[in-house]
Amino acid sequence: MAKVLVFIDNPGNALKKSSLELLTLARSLGESVVAVNGNLNGDVTATFAEYGVGTVLRPSAEDLDDYLVAPKAAYLAAAAQSTGATIVLLDNSPEGKEIAARLGIRLNAGVITDVVGVDADGTAHKSVLAGSYNTACKASTPVSVLTVKANNVIPEPAAAASTPETATVDVPAGSTAAAARITAREQKVASGRPDLTDARIVVAGGRGVDGDFGPVEELADALGAAVGASRAATDAGWISHDAQVGQTGKTVSPQLYISAGISGAIQQKAGMQTAKVIVAVNKDAESPVFEIADFGIVGDLFDVLPQATAEIKKRKG
Amino acid sequence: MKIIVLVKHVPDAQFDRHLNGERYTTDRDESILSELDEYALEAALQLAEARGGSKAGNQVIALSMGPAGAVNAVKKSLQMGATEGVHLTDDALAGSDAAATSLALAAAVQRLGQDGPVDLVITGMASTDGETSLVPAQLAERLGLPQVTFASSLDVDGERLVARRDADTTSETVEATLPAVVSVTDQINEPRYPNFKGIIAAKRKSITTLSLADIGLDAAQVGHSGSWTAVTSAEERPARTAGTIITDEGDAGIKLVDFLAAQKLL
Repeated sequence: MAKVLVFIDNPGNALKKSSLELLTLARSLGESVVAVNGNLNGDVTATFAEYGVGTVLRPSAEDLDDYLVAPKAAYLAAAAQSTGATIVLLDNSPEGKEIAARLGIRLNAGVITDVVGVDADGTAHKSVLAGSYNTACKASTPVSVLTVKANNVIPEPAAAASTPETATVDVPAGSTAAAARITAREQKVASGRPDLTDARIVVAGGRGVDGDFGPVEELADALGAAVGASRAATDAGWISHDAQVGQTGKTVSPQLYISAGISGAIQQKAGMQTAKVIVAVNKDAESPVFEIADFGIVGDLFDVLPQATAEIKKRKG
Repeated sequence: MKIIVLVKHVPDAQFDRHLNGERYTTDRDESILSELDEYALEAALQLAEARGGSKAGNQVIALSMGPAGAVNAVKKSLQMGATEGVHLTDDALAGSDAAATSLALAAAVQRLGQDGPVDLVITGMASTDGETSLVPAQLAERLGLPQVTFASSLDVDGERLVARRDADTTSETVEATLPAVVSVTDQINEPRYPNFKGIIAAKRKSITTLSLADIGLDAAQVGHSGSWTAVTSAEERPARTAGTIITDEGDAGIKLVDFLAAQKLL
């Protein structure tokens, strides 16, 4: 059976949902092997067993986090070679894609990013050109490297738990020599809201909020949603750049996207038009966002959003 | 300093974009310089200007790989202030994936380093068409150079490069020794517009054309045959259509919640 290598960087105290998705996908494609970087505690090891992982690999070096990308790719290449894995799965974060990029060169393997599904024969599915096409792609090389977007697989433990073997993989000497060093790392303040890329619901504000994200944030909290923004709002400095949805920001595909005070120019549309349901609130009836909204309200977001927030709280009791 | 900036000629995202042909390649008729590459060019120009500009021997070379039309991305770069342009073009390059593209670009960078070492290769954070962000990392791997990607600030002091890299939960300070491959985000600067003087000056700047033979590669190593991935099918997504649009008459917030409840989204 094909071996499928899953990379999990710093699993922490519990595996993230996106990691569980990768493990579930890996099991559907073959025998799963996990390559971990960072500390491994008992709960995480137990989860690997529940998800039917055959082998857990750890690097011989403990300083991979001190460098940017390159040594992690060198570690994974060694892990893939020692296990004979033919598919390597990583998360679709910027760093995940870059590790995949370098790993591909090291293994002479085709790399496919932004994957939303994988067939048994290794064909990967993704959407391109800002969601205007769905494509199927396949690597022509013996090994394929795929970075998989979150929220496309339902995490499911294996029918029978496994007893994973553990092994150490030697990180090739010299893999840190030509790598950029991370000399400082600052933790950003956590918002307590769901992660924008993974959120089931996103409430986003644009130029129309005019510096006040209050109504957008209150509606988001009533719905348990993430907060997003258009480029106009992030460029104005009203909200952190991390919140930007669009071509130069994040691409989101939530179940529900509520757009408030955003005109919906192509730049923004590129980041959200694959949302299942789109609701738009804008004062200007001519806004392009109304062309793609399932439910549109021509009105003032400072009236509509607080009223909706109060109504949701009332109904939820 | 000798800086190479990679620039890509991409379909203008303001219009509908299409995949064509039996191999589903991008239709490049209405193309422009990728917006994200303007930040890379601006970063290079600022580094060169801080060191006395072209008068002090600093070079900013705009390199584009692509069909005939891609020379326009090089021309726009020259208008913005690049000192010279290079157009890597060959029919055999058509359809190259990231692996084949990075192979050709690495060979071109090495060729451009023959008459003096390259200090920096700067790129945008992604192309606005393929959007994979693979090429900068693959280029660094192929050239054996440090990779400093998604930089939102960039300082170079002698041989030492310091950049800031912002992720969702952390902000990192990254250091490397030149030469290096750097990709920059759209947060790093505000790219200049070409002015009249720049447009006139660009007409006198040279554009070198390189073929595959010039960079020492065979046709089989690039294009569809040299690529490690292939698109096997492509389906245009049905365009979204407008749904119900109402005008607020004082109760739109309630109607919004009714809609969410009906869609089982509460």
